[in-house]
Parts: sequence; C-alpha cells; structure tokens
Amino acid sequence: MSDVCIVGIGIHPFGRTDGLSGLEQGVFAVRQALGDAGIDWPAIQFAYGGSDAAGNPDTMVDRLGLTGIQFINVRNGCAAGGSSLASASMAIQSGQFDLGLAVGFDKHPRGAFNALPSEYNLPDWYGEAGYMITTQFFAAKITRYMHEHGISQTTLGRVAEKAFRNGSQAPHAWRREPVDLQTILDAPLVSDPYTKFMFCSPAEGGVALILASEKKARELGKPLIRLKAAAMRTRPPGSFEVFAPSIDVERGGSATNIASADAFRLAGIGPEDIAVAQLQDTEAGAEIMHLAENGFCRDGEQEAWLAEGRTEIGGALPVNTDGGCLACGEPIGASGLRQVYENVVQLRGDGAGRQVPGDPKTAYSHVYGAPGVSAVTILER
Amino acid sequence: MRAIAEGLFTDETPPRLIGGRNRETGRIVFPCPEGADFEPHPLRREGTLWSYTVQRYRPKSPPYAGPEAFAPWAVAYVELAGETIVEARLTNVALDEIRIGMPLELTQIVLDPEAAEPVLTHAFQPTGGAA
Repeated sequence: MSDVCIVGIGIHPFGRTDGLSGLEQGVFAVRQALGDAGIDWPAIQFAYGGSDAAGNPDTMVDRLGLTGIQFINVRNGCAAGGSSLASASMAIQSGQFDLGLAVGFDKHPRGAFNALPSEYNLPDWYGEAGYMITTQFFAAKITRYMHEHGISQTTLGRVAEKAFRNGSQAPHAWRREPVDLQTILDAPLVSDPYTKFMFCSPAEGGVALILASEKKARELGKPLIRLKAAAMRTRPPGSFEVFAPSIDVERGGSATNIASADAFRLAGIGPEDIAVAQLQDTEAGAEIMHLAENGFCRDGEQEAWLAEGRTEIGGALPVNTDGGCLACGEPIGASGLRQVYENVVQLRGDGAGRQVPGDPKTAYSHVYGAPGVSAVTILER
Repeated sequence: MRAIAEGLFTDETPPRLIGGRNRETGRIVFPCPEGADFEPHPLRREGTLWSYTVQRYRPKSPPYAGPEAFAPWAVAYVELAGETIVEARLTNVALDEIRIGMPLELTQIVLDPEAAEPVLTHAFQPTGGAA
C-alpha cells in the first residue's frame, strides 16, 4: 500500500487572540497550509475538522469556498486531531481521494475546563460535590505514580522548565519566556504536587495539515513526509481515567498503551527508532508517565532521564520541542494537530532555534483525552 | 439530613456506601450503575489511601454546589480491599499529614452547612475518627 504524505502545514499562533473566532483561526491555518503545499482550495477533495468549543468546523467552507467537498466534523476530545488524521489517512488509502485536509481549531473561556457530569454519563451529585475537575485526576494519578516509581517533584519541575525554554524558540507558542526551575517549584500549588507552572491552560489556536497520496505528493514536488501510522484507540479494563468515581482494584493498562503499540506495529519500527517525540503534557507529570506508557523508557527511569537532559532538544530523545501543551496551551480541537505540525517542521529541518540536531528522520506524536482515548502518529521522512 | 443523592448510602448506622456488583463478572464499581447488569453491593467501610491531591481553588458553579467561601480540601482514592478504589473527600486530617497507605474509614460530611437544604456527602477519615 502506498504511503499517505503530509504536503502542507499551517498554524495560527496559540494563546489568546481577542477579536478572532476559533473558526477564523482555523481558516487562517488552512490558508497557510494551502500556500505551503502550493495549491488552491478547490484542489482539496475532502476534509476532517475538529473543534470542541468553537463551532462546527464544516461551516468554514463559507470562508474557504463553496466547492461542495465532503467535510466531516470530528468530536473526540483531546484525540480529535489524531482521529481526523487517522480518518483522512484511511480516506486516501482507500483510493477514493488523493488530496485532503485535517484541520482543528478551538477557543475556550479562561480558567479551568468546566465539564458537566451529564456529558460523561455521570450522576449530578458528582459535579455538585466538586469532583468534576480534571486537575484532581491528573494530580492523583501522578501522586500514585511518584509513590510507586520514585519520581520527585523536582523532576516535574524540570519538565515545565524545559517546556518554557523550548516554547521561547517556537513562534506559535503562547508562553515565550523561560521560567527557572526554582520559580516553578516555589509557585503556588494548584492541585498537589502540581504548582501553577506545571499545568497547561485552555487556550486558542488553529492547525491545518494537507494530506496527499504518495503519487500526488510527488506531483506537488514536496519533501515526502510520510504518515506511517495514525492510530486512535479507547481504554482497556483497569485503566485510571478522568472523572472516575471509582477505579478497579485490579489495575490495567491505558488507551495510550494500546494506541502506541498499534502505531509502532503499523509503522514497523520501535520506540528506539524515534528521533523526536511530542507527548501529551497537559501537566508536567503527564509527559513523565507518557514516556513510559508509549514505551520510550521503563517506569521510574524518567527521574534519571530528566536529570541527565535526555529529553532536551540536544538529548537522546527530544520531547515536546515546541514547549508542548505547557507552553502552547490547549485548544482541544487543535492540540493534537499542533504536535504533528511541529513534527513536520522538525523533519523538514525548519525548527531554527528549536531544531533537533542530526537530521531527524522519524517523529512521534501522542495525545490522551477524557475519558480514556488516545491517538498516536508516526511520521517518517 | 438527607444525602446528596438517593442510592449512595445504606440505611444502617453507621452507613455504608452502595457500590454495584456486575452480575456476570463480579466487578465492583461505585456508585451502582442503573440497569440490570449490576446489583447493589454495600462496600466495606474501612480502606487505605491509594492516592490523593488537594483541591486548592474553588470549582466552577454549576456544577459545584459547595459553599461560596472556599478552603482547600483533600480528594483521595481509597482502596477497599478486594472491592474497588473509591474517590472521596478526606476529612479530619491535616493536609500535610496525608500519606499513601494510611488506614481510613467512611464518614459523612455536610457539603454546604449554609445551604437552604444542606446535604450529606461521603468522605473518609483516619481510622478512629478525629484526633
């Protein structure tokens, strides 16, 4: 089967853009991606679009042109981008289409996400009693992990410090100022053991990726960035998820474990073959746990990894080279596609101050979302 | 005083939480789901602390129905041996004295004492009650 290639990328800077709707940020990203691919909108045959809180993506045809294309909206929480990519990839592999779009955008109100129990099949009392808080889950999950595997709060701080340092070199990042480790550790706690610098914030932004069959990509004369795997998976028994009034005594794996293993199987390579990785880091500990859940290290090894700088831009496995969610914030519909955007930048060698040295040939992206969904992509040049 | 919802506590003194036991697999969850797959299963009152965090900002209302005035509280996952790991507030323990593995027992707390109709919700405290 021939590969699906990414031939155009576009991004509207993440953060806060007053006066510009989420959809308009998506349109901005699409136009940039079309320009990058060297094509016009009428050439696009199909689209998948994700937005959690900023309206129906298909309505953007009003701005881009009423060409009558197939445009399917995707709503899969934090995995929306990965789901769009997986679907777009299948659409091209099926032979039905050879040029399409995956787009995501969002615009969330300030402050923590405000989820309602009924949206998650939970009783009203769960929200009334104050449990409908994503940060509680993330904090409780890392507290247990730190206890079992000897991870220190300093290591969590190092993840955030790296994120802001990398973000300072990424034009699309929201937080562009480095923050030193001590400031991160001394900041007010939000949910123990996380201080305010260790959580990302809901944000705004848009990302667009144009995908093509290998034949079409060659016609366009673009460097062949191949989408070797795009896997979206849901949770196995015994996982520990957001908004869980109870969890099983018999502990199991995670959606990430499954998506990761499937992606490596599809790509025919292993974790040791990856040159750069973007791992969901909605909070500092997520990057720590996801290093292990995606198979890059064993539980507990992260303490040494971070101390030795192995996940820095110049390290053995650079992780979240644009500062990840911690520096970019999280517009849910766009966040997963941002990771893939960043990976294409890295594989093209266009990362400037954040470029991974050594001419990287493989790049990995991973998202995790409520309640137990995960999407992984692997790119190769 | 009434409970925050029907079907969470048994009528005993002291009450137990009512979980659900899957009729086919025996898997126990909390709360007891609606439908025919699960039967009510009163949970043991004593457990150990599996993990926790401290909620340090007031959750948004709705859905939160606690008092306007906010003081940080602890949220724990409490392992009830052989049954399930249940999410619950912690009470009667200093925030800096919470430890994974500490023995806990079920109690009830008033969600908002100032409410027109205050309600009881589940919480755990160190075994033996308040120091």
